[in-house]
Amino acid sequence: MKLSRRSLLKTSAAAATFATVGLPSFAQEIDELVIAYNVNLPSWDPTVGPSAVNPTIQGFYQSIFDLYIPQNPDLSFGQGLITDYGWNDDQTKIWMEVRDGVTWHNGDPFTAEDIAWSLERAANAETGNPIQFIWGKVENITAEGNRVTADVKEYEPTFFKWMSFLTGYVLPKKYYEEVGADGFEAAPIGTGPYMVEKFERNAFVRLKANENYWGGAPAFKSVTIKFVTDAASRVAEIESGNSHVTLEVPYEEFDRLKAKDGIEGVAEPISDIGMIFLNDIDVMTDPNVRKAAALAIDKGLIIERLLSGYGVAIDTMQTPDYAAYDETITVGHDMEKAKELLAESGYSVDNPVKFKIQTTKGFKPKDYEMVQAIVGLWRKVGIEAEIEVYEIAKHYELRAADTLAPAAFYNWGNSVGDPTTSTGFAMFGPSPHSVWDGEETFNMILPLWGEKDEAKRIEGWKAVDRHIAENAEVIPLLQYVQPILHVSGVNVVPHRSGALLPHLMTRA
Amino acid sequence: MTLLRNILMRLLSTAITLFGVAVIIFVVIRVVPGNPIAMMLPPGATEADIARLQAQYGFDKSIFEQFMIWLRGVVQGDFGTSISLRQPVSSLVLNRLPATLELSIVALLIAVVIGGTMALTGTRWRNTRKEGAIDVSTGMALSIPDFLWGLVLILLFGVLWPVFHISGRISPALDIDFTTNFYLFEALLRLRFDVLGDLIGHMFMPALALAIPLSAIIAQLLKQSLKETMHLDYVTLSRTHGYGEHHVITRDALPNAILPTLTLVGVQFTFLIGGTVIIERLFSYEGLGNMAIDAVINRDLPLIQGIVILFALIFTLVNLAVDMLYVVLNPRLRHA
Repeated sequence: MKLSRRSLLKTSAAAATFATVGLPSFAQEIDELVIAYNVNLPSWDPTVGPSAVNPTIQGFYQSIFDLYIPQNPDLSFGQGLITDYGWNDDQTKIWMEVRDGVTWHNGDPFTAEDIAWSLERAANAETGNPIQFIWGKVENITAEGNRVTADVKEYEPTFFKWMSFLTGYVLPKKYYEEVGADGFEAAPIGTGPYMVEKFERNAFVRLKANENYWGGAPAFKSVTIKFVTDAASRVAEIESGNSHVTLEVPYEEFDRLKAKDGIEGVAEPISDIGMIFLNDIDVMTDPNVRKAAALAIDKGLIIERLLSGYGVAIDTMQTPDYAAYDETITVGHDMEKAKELLAESGYSVDNPVKFKIQTTKGFKPKDYEMVQAIVGLWRKVGIEAEIEVYEIAKHYELRAADTLAPAAFYNWGNSVGDPTTSTGFAMFGPSPHSVWDGEETFNMILPLWGEKDEAKRIEGWKAVDRHIAENAEVIPLLQYVQPILHVSGVNVVPHRSGALLPHLMTRA
Repeated sequence: MTLLRNILMRLLSTAITLFGVAVIIFVVIRVVPGNPIAMMLPPGATEADIARLQAQYGFDKSIFEQFMIWLRGVVQGDFGTSISLRQPVSSLVLNRLPATLELSIVALLIAVVIGGTMALTGTRWRNTRKEGAIDVSTGMALSIPDFLWGLVLILLFGVLWPVFHISGRISPALDIDFTTNFYLFEALLRLRFDVLGDLIGHMFMPALALAIPLSAIIAQLLKQSLKETMHLDYVTLSRTHGYGEHHVITRDALPNAILPTLTLVGVQFTFLIGGTVIIERLFSYEGLGNMAIDAVINRDLPLIQGIVILFALIFTLVNLAVDMLYVVLNPRLRHA
C-alpha cells in the first residue's frame, strides 16, 4: 500500500479521534450520575396496579417517595416519616408519631393528615391497592397534631412491617386530590430524596436532588436512570463508561469487569431466594421421594460451579437476615441416604421414580442450568425428572390454580424478613401463592397469623420451618447475591432488599 | 378508474385482514397459559378478591363477549386500557409508533444506500475481484442475524471505540421539548442540529444492525437483475451510442432492473419492522417493539392486541404502497 501525505494525515486524525472519543467517562469527574437499571418503570403510583407488587422496581419508588417506615441497608427498620409507632396494651389500637418539618417536592408541608389519608386510601378497595388484606385491618384512622391513631379491626402482627414493604408509601393528600390519578401519574411528587425531572417511558428517568430532604440532601444532584433491560447492553454501558453504575450482570462478566482498572464490583446477598416448590400430588405425596430429592442436591456445588460462588446455601425459606432464621435447621447433602429412602419406596437407579419439574429459563441467573444440574444429581440416586420450561406468567397461573407440576423452580423475595411473607404465604394451602395442601403444616401455621406474643410467634414459625425441612415439603436452594458494578468515582451501598438506591451513593 | 377500483379493493381486503388478525390474536392470547390476573394476585388474596379482579378487567365474561366489547370500543377508537401501564392503549401505541417508524425508515435508507452501492459497484466491475469481494460481503451479512450484528456493533462502536450511544433514543440531558414524537424529523425541521446529531448517535447502531441483512438482500437481487438487464438489446444499443459504462448502468439498466428489487424491499421492510422488536430491546430504544416485549412478559392483553393490530395495519399498508408504487413505475401495468 502506498502511503501518501494525505492518507497519513487521515490515519493520524482517526487515531486522535479514537484516543479522545474512546476515553471512558469513568476516568472523569462525575457531575451527573448515570445508572443502567435492569428493569423498566411502568407506572408512577406505587400503591396500585401490577407495578405496586413488583419487587424489582421498588428502588425507583423509594427514590421519590418515602415508605411509612424505611429499612436500613441491613434490613433493620429505621425512622422515617413515622418516627415511632406501636400498639396499645390490649392491641386494639395502633399509634404513629409523625416527623415534623418535612415538605413535599412542591413545597407543601407534609402532615399527619397525609399519613392518615394514605392509609385510608390504601384500604379502600376502589383504589385498586393489591395489599388491602393488610391495610384493611385498621379503621377510624385519625390524625391529631403529629400523632396518627387507628382502631384495629383484626390483629395483624406484620402490620408495621408492611409499612416498609409493597405499597407502603406515603402519598400527598392535597396534591393528589388536586391533580387526580392521571395528573399524579404525569407529575408525581413525594417526600423522597429525589424529584422526578423528566421521564421517558421505557427509556429513562432523570432525577433532581431534593435539597430539603429530611434525611439530608443526596450527594449527586442529578441522576439519570436508564432502563437497559438487556444484560449484554448493561455490560457494554459500564464497560464503555456510558453509565457509572449497573446491576444484575452475569457473574462471569462481573468477575471480568471488576478486575479492570476504573471499575469496581460489590456483590452482597439480598433477600431473594431460589427454591423448588413441591406440589403434594402424585409421587410427591411420598415423603421418601421428597426427602431423597432434597438430600440429593449439593447446593454448595451448584453455587460454586454455576454461580461462580455467588450465592448462600439455605435449608429453610429464611435467610440469615430474617426474623425467624434458625441455623440449627439443616437438611444436608447425602446421596447414600437418598438412595436408601428411595429404596424403601421401591425405587432405584434402574427403576427410577418419575415426575416433572418446571422451570423458567433466563428469568433468574442460571435458573435452567441449576435445574439441569439438579436433575443430573437426582438421576444418580434413582429420580428421573423431566424438565419443562415455562414462562413466569404461566408459573403464576398454575400456582394460583394449584396445578404446578410435582416440582417447580421459583424465586421468592421477602425484603421485610418476616416468616409470614416467606414460609407463611408459600406454604399455607389457602394462599394463592402456595401449592402445599398438607394438613399438618396448615394446622401449625393457622394460629400464627394472629399470634399477639411476638416471641411466641417467631418460635412458632421456626417450628413450622423445622417441620417443613424434616418432611421436605419444599426445597430451598440458595439466597441470591446481587452483582453491582460501578466506576471507581462512586461509592455504592448495597441494600439487602435488592433495591439500588441512588441516594445511598456518594463520590469516592 | 381501474387504479381507483384496485385501491378500493385493496383497502377492503386490508379491513378484512385486520379483522381476521384481531379475531386470531384476541383468541390466541386468551388461550395460551399466563393469566394476567394471576400475576397481580397478592399472597393474601381470597376467592372474592380474585373474582373482583377478574370482573374489574372484564375477564369474568366469555371470550366472545370480551371480543364484542373490545370491538365496540375499537370502532369508537378505544382500544382499552393497558393493564401494566394503566393508560389508554391507543395513546401508548401511537406515542411509540413514530420512534419505530423513524428507526425503520432510517434502516431502510441505509440498506438501500449500502445495498444499491454494492450492486452498482459489483455490476460495474463484474467478473473482477471487486465483485468477488462484494459477493463474500453480502454472504457474510446475510448469514448473521440482525441482533448479532447489534451485539457486534455495540462491541465495536459502543465499547472498543465508544463513538455512538449504546442505549436509548435521546440523551436525557438535552434541553428540548418536542411537539411531536417524530424526534428526528422535528429536530431537522427546527434546525436543532445538536439534537439531530444526538438522535443519530443513538439511532445509528440499531438502524445499521437492522439494515445490514437487508442491504445484502438488496445487493444480491439488484446485482442479479442488473446483470440480466445488461445483456438486453436496448442496453447494447446505448453502448453503441457511445455512452460510458456508468451511464449505461445507472440511466439505462437500473430503471428496469430496480422493479423486482422494489417489490422485495417492500416485503422485506415489513420484516425489518418486525425485527425492531429484538433490536429495540437490545438498544433499549423506546419504540413499539420494546413495549411489545414488556406487554408479552406482563401478559398485558389489551396492549398486546393494540400493538399487533398496529403492526398488521403497517404491514398491509406498506404492501399496498409497494403495489401502487410498482404500478406507477412500471408503464406496462400503468396502461394495462
